[in-house]
Amino acid sequence: MMGSESTLRTNAWPSKLRRIRALVVKESRQTLRDPSSLAIGVVLPLILILLFGYGLSLDVKNVPIAIVMESPTPEAVELAAGFSLSAYFRPVLTRSMPPAQRLLLEHRVDGVFVIPADFSSRFAAGDAEVQLIVHGGDANRARITEGYVQGVLGAWTARLAAQGRASTNQGVSVSVQPRLWFNEANDSSYFLVPGLVVLVMTLIGGLLTAMVMAREWERGTLESLLVTPVRTEEILLGKTLPYFVLALFGFGLCVLSAKFLFHVPLRGSVWVLLGASMLYVLIALGIGLLISSWVKNQLVASQLTMLVTFMPAFMLSGFLFDLRSMPTAVRLITYALPARYYVALLQSVFLAGDVWSVIVPNTLALAAMAAALALGSRAVMRKTLA
Amino acid sequence: MNTFLGSLLRILALTRKELLAVLKDRRSRMSLLIPPVVQALIFGYAATYDLNHVTYAVLDQDHTAASRQLLAGLDGSGVFERVADLQRANDVDSIIDARRALLVVQIDPQFERHLLSGQSAEVQLIADGRNSTTAGTAMGYFSDIVEQFNSSWGRDHGVAPAPVQLIARAWYNPNLETRWFMIPGMIGTLTLLQTMMLTAMSVAREREQGTFDQLLVTPFRPFEIMAGKALPSMVVGTIQAGGVLLVAQLWFRIPFVGSYGTLSTGLLLFLLAAVGIGLLLSAVAATMQQAMLYSMLLIMPFSLLSGLTTPISSMPRAVQYLTAINPLSYAIDITRRVYLEGAGLDLLIADLWPLALIAALTLSAASWMFSHRMQ
Repeated sequence: MMGSESTLRTNAWPSKLRRIRALVVKESRQTLRDPSSLAIGVVLPLILILLFGYGLSLDVKNVPIAIVMESPTPEAVELAAGFSLSAYFRPVLTRSMPPAQRLLLEHRVDGVFVIPADFSSRFAAGDAEVQLIVHGGDANRARITEGYVQGVLGAWTARLAAQGRASTNQGVSVSVQPRLWFNEANDSSYFLVPGLVVLVMTLIGGLLTAMVMAREWERGTLESLLVTPVRTEEILLGKTLPYFVLALFGFGLCVLSAKFLFHVPLRGSVWVLLGASMLYVLIALGIGLLISSWVKNQLVASQLTMLVTFMPAFMLSGFLFDLRSMPTAVRLITYALPARYYVALLQSVFLAGDVWSVIVPNTLALAAMAAALALGSRAVMRKTLA
Repeated sequence: MNTFLGSLLRILALTRKELLAVLKDRRSRMSLLIPPVVQALIFGYAATYDLNHVTYAVLDQDHTAASRQLLAGLDGSGVFERVADLQRANDVDSIIDARRALLVVQIDPQFERHLLSGQSAEVQLIADGRNSTTAGTAMGYFSDIVEQFNSSWGRDHGVAPAPVQLIARAWYNPNLETRWFMIPGMIGTLTLLQTMMLTAMSVAREREQGTFDQLLVTPFRPFEIMAGKALPSMVVGTIQAGGVLLVAQLWFRIPFVGSYGTLSTGLLLFLLAAVGIGLLLSAVAATMQQAMLYSMLLIMPFSLLSGLTTPISSMPRAVQYLTAINPLSYAIDITRRVYLEGAGLDLLIADLWPLALIAALTLSAASWMFSHRMQ
């Protein structure tokens, strides 16, 4: 009697492992044979990262601009030529304002640059004016365009000063020497691509578990699993592990394309990247699990996953928009989003390197969320069984 | 005449039944009406490239009246917040690395001397480029402050102003607020997801549950079934778009300068195209899961490559061609131009006909597939 009890106890772990292994094997086979989970885990990330990696860019180049030259004096012609020479502009010349205005209204140009008729005479007197009208719709682009116009104007003035045609002591004052760290070439794909990795992982992690588990609930196959001796956490583990591996595979594809297709530098260590990403994949899978055990319906589960994971990760994670400029109430919401921490981690690990003051707090936040989700989905699953 | 009336009545009956199925359940009613409005509220605040809070650190190696005047301009702007006064150049690295400051302003020891002797004085500006758009905007704000400093310094010390002054104005959005640009664009974006999915799923669900066959033995013709599936989604989409429009006008107070008729025309065509795509997907898909997967695969690129957050003109040419089949890119252009510029139908032709074409193609393809499969 005593002996059999002790063997029972020592056998508890191996049999647990055996059950989990059996589940994992079954789930992996099912996953590999099910085209839809392969589509989500492998095809979806690849398509998304390629499409968005090439498609998304905030760099402003070749801005179409109308140049209104009211009288073609040598100075005016030279100034207009500055726009043709610049890589940032695609100028269209007109002689008066109405056609230029029409171009702006039809969105054929983003701005109108006016060189008035009295430009040369007033320039000789030292108080010339030029006008710029930008299409303010896209405010960000408008501001960048304005900066470029300032640049063309500055270069033109400097050239004239160098030729001795404009006095040199004019406008001498403070000049700014800007340096953009971590992204010297000012290439927006440097921060967009790591952000895209976050978006893609959020979506596929959530969708994999949300749709697949909801389908099991709908078909009632999960209930039949529950009458077996398998314990709740074993089911969770067995269900999650294959998708975890699949999602990590998708992650690998994303990182490889970031590095080799989009040439985003990876300045931090691969291990930090992998560790943080494993945590994040766990969280994304956990959210999907939680949603699907809660609503048990594929349609609602997939819509909820889109609404609570993808859209917030897009808008509120700091991937595009600066978190510090959001109102306090909205900023408080962002603290509840795992994507926020993962974006901060990836942008630093890709572009800045292993900055421990960024890595440690963000990883801790992710770890806490992963633990909370694991406990939460176990509780929800138990409750739905009872 | 009678057949037409009968057809219309049948379509309306089906529409009513579909709407009841979607709206009678409180949970599903809420899940259709609440998300767009809540998202518009939250994202309306979040989705802006404007900065109102730029953290910066100073390494002032000059400590003179001139350097203090420059920094006072920063601190008084209401946008810049000084988080640290650095003593050594070595501290710059750590404060940027840890993301405590977005900018570091470094003033050289000779700053005031250079200014007084009529030379150019330099200020180093180091920005955290991990988000280069944010960094670029912050640098632009900083340059504006320096401009102000320059002109007031020039006035006080008798330096002549630059020979050419640039007078810049922004039309349609005088204060250059990105919010004005983003929120009208969200009217289409936030309605696309559920409108398209609702349509794609409605037929797929009936087919999976076997009720589609039952529908086929009724006197409904394929065209009528399709219209009966399309109309409810369009009603839902219209309500959602109206909700977002109300948020834009009443909550964010963005002035609407266009005509509601023009906007409705554009949005109706957009919803028709979205519903057409949804119907086509549900005609192609065999199961609900496939229908869902296909709609996800389309909705993601549609919403990210729509020009909402990143301009289409910055995309590579090949991707720009791809956006030609994206109904959302036209809808966003229409809502923005009607909303902010008051554009009339004549200016929007270039956006309207592609939407009409997408709607016509997808709807007739879906209709063909439905009648084809039924035989």
